[in-house]
Amino acid sequence: MKCVTVDFDKCTGLGICESLAPDFFEVNDDGELLLLKAEISDTELQEVEEAVNGCPTEALKIVDQ
Amino acid sequence: MTEVRRLVVVGASLAGLRAVEAARKTGYDGEIVLIGAEEHLPYDRPPLSKAFLGAADESGALPEVPWFRTEETLRDELGVDVRLGAPATALDTDARLVTVGDDAIAYDALVIATGAHARVLPGTEGLDGVYPLRTLDDSLAVRDKLEAGARTVVIGAGFIGSEIASTARKRGLEATIVEALPTPLVRATGHEMGAAIASLHELNGTTLRCGVGVSAIEGDGKVERVVLADGSAIDADLVVVGIGVIPSVDWLAGSGLTLDNGIVCDENLWTGIPGVYAAGDVANWFNPTLGERQRMENWTAAAEQGAAAARNALDPDNAKAYGTVPYFWSDWYDVRIQFVGSPDADEVRLVDGDPASGGRWVALYRRGDRLIGALTVNGQTEIMKYRVQIMKGGSWDDALAFAETRRRAHEEKLAASV
Ligand SMILES: Cc1cc2nc3c(=O)[nH]c(=O)nc-3n(C[C@H](O)[C@H](O)[C@H](O)COP(=O)(O)OP(=O)(O)OC[C@H]3O[C@@H](n4cnc5c(N)ncnc54)[C@H](O)[C@@H]3O)c2cc1C
Ligand code: SF4
Repeated sequence: MKCVTVDFDKCTGLGICESLAPDFFEVNDDGELLLLKAEISDTELQEVEEAVNGCPTEALKIVDQ
Repeated sequence: MTEVRRLVVVGASLAGLRAVEAARKTGYDGEIVLIGAEEHLPYDRPPLSKAFLGAADESGALPEVPWFRTEETLRDELGVDVRLGAPATALDTDARLVTVGDDAIAYDALVIATGAHARVLPGTEGLDGVYPLRTLDDSLAVRDKLEAGARTVVIGAGFIGSEIASTARKRGLEATIVEALPTPLVRATGHEMGAAIASLHELNGTTLRCGVGVSAIEGDGKVERVVLADGSAIDADLVVVGIGVIPSVDWLAGSGLTLDNGIVCDENLWTGIPGVYAAGDVANWFNPTLGERQRMENWTAAAEQGAAAARNALDPDNAKAYGTVPYFWSDWYDVRIQFVGSPDADEVRLVDGDPASGGRWVALYRRGDRLIGALTVNGQTEIMKYRVQIMKGGSWDDALAFAETRRRAHEEKLAASV
């Protein structure tokens, strides 16, 4: 099973991930990132990969669990 | 179509690095040569006008250089032949050769990612304390002066200049911004919002002087004062010139590429010349998502274009268009400004909050009956919801209705927390 992880020490809440994969990520009022779910299905993989590549702080990773 | 055995990338910054990484991700195992004019390995620019300029922490350590990758990662993991410290000076598209110093480097596929360089004020060369802010070396020089407690004058009230003024204020230093235009940030955010955002400066103790040009920067060896067109003068130990950038294309003169506000390319980032692609701040490409030609100067587009250009350069027969809803952010004082889409609009409407009272606000941009842009100040939870709508070609009416439900929800939440 592929999962997405967030390194919260790196994330600055810029939210690019939210615009690319809104089912997974949402930035809250305080500018903090909420991970809405972690497990990635095959059909969702592409959008999550785009979010990983789009994150300016390289805070996101896809891992096999 | 001959198989690509050597990919050459010119420009060793964000777009160039992402080109190299994306090439390897496709499984390409041929040669990669990365050419960079600066002595430095690739580093990240946005922090250079933000956190990197900040004061030392308790232990006395200044913020670290935001390197992207180590030399070992580039060489060993990515298998890249990295050549730093000398610019490419010519391109021969018939022979497929890039000139660097005395070397002619052959390519099968080429990605040009030479970005942009800062515009300078003529006549200030050789005056200590006057810098642009585009490179790591610029940022180190500016930081030295801030460390020494410099009285700071920023010329140009754009995003980068505003960030520097904000950092100087955070360090408790005097800061003044001089802007020739009557309203700042018009090109990036439109008239109404430019004025509204600029009001953040006065709120935070930075003097903003708009509508007045600079007539001279004076000093004996080092800068002492900035003289304005109205005859007044501002004492300064540090002058940062933030008056825009110029795409780095001089080396391409006579190459046959079409040069017009950068390198002109199609929606696939292709220059029209076999094997040659462009990416990042240097690329003037057709953005199919908004249906207009654009040259971006933002992080997200540079990163994504670098990757897209490399994939297309390696496999031109299956080239994919690159389209995006542009996005940039800027951090001033304790405020985050975010913009998505295009500021070129028929109407701009404030849908939440009030710039005059500071805090948080949201403005939407309409073109025809479509939502084309959105600006938020401290609206991190709002902005990307509009980016998704613009991406999908969402209507103005839907966006307004959505904004209204968000505004109500926010009000209720505030009321509940009192
Ligand atoms: C201080 C600062 C703050 C910023 N803040 C933000 C922000 O908050 N948000 C945001 O979205 N964007 C921001 N940006 C913009 C963002 O950093 C740029 O869009 C991005 O760096 C563009 O990447 P690039 O690789 O296309 O070009 P560049 O980063 O300009 O890199 C081009 C590289 O090519 C090299 N080069 C040039 N000519 C040659 C040649 N002939 N041969 C070899 N090498 C050459 C240059 O030396 C340079 O290293 C900021 C930029 C700066 C300078
Ligand atoms: S894009 Fe990156 S920095 Fe931005 S919110 Fe997502 S994980 Fe955080």
